[in-house]
Amino acid sequence: MADTIKIKIDGKEIITAKGKTILEAATDNGVYIPTLCHFPGVPPKGSCRICTVKVNNRFMTSCSTPVADGMTIDNNHDEIKDYRKSIVELLFISGNHFCPACEKSGNCELQALAYRLGMLVPRFPYSFPNKEVDASSPKIIKEQNRCILCKRCIKTIKDKEGKRYFAFNRRGNHLEVVLDKQMGQAISDKLAQQAMENCPVGSIIYKGKGFSEPIGSRKFDKKPIGSSIEE
Amino acid sequence: MEKKVIATTSLAGCFGCHMSFLDIDERLLDLIELVEFNKSPIDDIKRFTKPVDIGIIEGGCANSENVEVLRYFRENCKILVSLGECAIMGGLPAMRNGISIDECLAEAYLNGPTVQLNKEKILPNDEEIPMLLDRVVPCHEVVKIDYFLPGCAPRADLIWDALVAIVTGKEMDLPYEVIKFD
Repeated sequence: MADTIKIKIDGKEIITAKGKTILEAATDNGVYIPTLCHFPGVPPKGSCRICTVKVNNRFMTSCSTPVADGMTIDNNHDEIKDYRKSIVELLFISGNHFCPACEKSGNCELQALAYRLGMLVPRFPYSFPNKEVDASSPKIIKEQNRCILCKRCIKTIKDKEGKRYFAFNRRGNHLEVVLDKQMGQAISDKLAQQAMENCPVGSIIYKGKGFSEPIGSRKFDKKPIGSSIEE
Repeated sequence: MEKKVIATTSLAGCFGCHMSFLDIDERLLDLIELVEFNKSPIDDIKRFTKPVDIGIIEGGCANSENVEVLRYFRENCKILVSLGECAIMGGLPAMRNGISIDECLAEAYLNGPTVQLNKEKILPNDEEIPMLLDRVVPCHEVVKIDYFLPGCAPRADLIWDALVAIVTGKEMDLPYEVIKFD
């Protein structure tokens, strides 16, 4: 059994297989590590840093770090919790996240993380950006003020030939995720709905259908994000 | 125990948070045993008549009057609580933050589809009318706020539990469902 290795997460001993990431090993064993930019099935990017854990006392992103024998991982330290909370707060202030007016509210992963991490108000001042809303596609609205640049739509929404519907545009502070104008005209209902579902926030909205689920029966109304992993 | 004094106000809000406050239903009778109300739309007292323990603020600051009332509350209240999304982050009024004041006023008084009577094309300019701020700001960017209760509107259970916690000094043990941003 040379391929099995032992690691410790928050004092709990876990036996896992070589080649897995810390996140995968934790998820398999009922330990929830919050994620935002990571999407199961596509290569991790490690850009949002919300899945940061302390590995042998050093900060590492758990979605992109492979497990190694004897690792001691800290996922529940006050320092890590505050660090994660501050990331969520920064994402809230850098966009316009008007939860009461958002179609994704209740199904939004950013919002759910804020609930789970205990955010009542961001500690930073709001920036109230004034970015474009692209509604040129007949199926999709791309609301740039809500985009957190996680790249999940870029990585997962492709046509049959593997061509991507979404792409990065511009650079630095002006970086944005845009929907290809031509491909956006022809996108299928199924893919458009998939794009809305894969978006962790309300930046990609499937046209013609909003607020379809009543308050109380949405994804994160009754149970915090990650509770399905911990059960 | 001496009764704590409560004051409430609605700045740039819709009074939804006050309605949610009334949603504590028959617990209002328990509340009145614990506290007395001072300046508030609930009893229509306009000016503070004594020092207040807990000031509850609904709505953000959209104009000069909102700022003045908020500062008046800060001067007279020991504890200030931001109630609801508008007080915490500007809320729906803050959706105008990306639009200039000129455009907002023109849409409301000159070009809007429901504008019919304003033949002289007058924009409100009387000095009695509060000046609009260039953007709607949350309350904690104007004065220090001690506690935040999110929600649109905040759940009645959240308001009740928070009030009891502040009045009695006991720690809150909130279920997951009551803290929501919508």
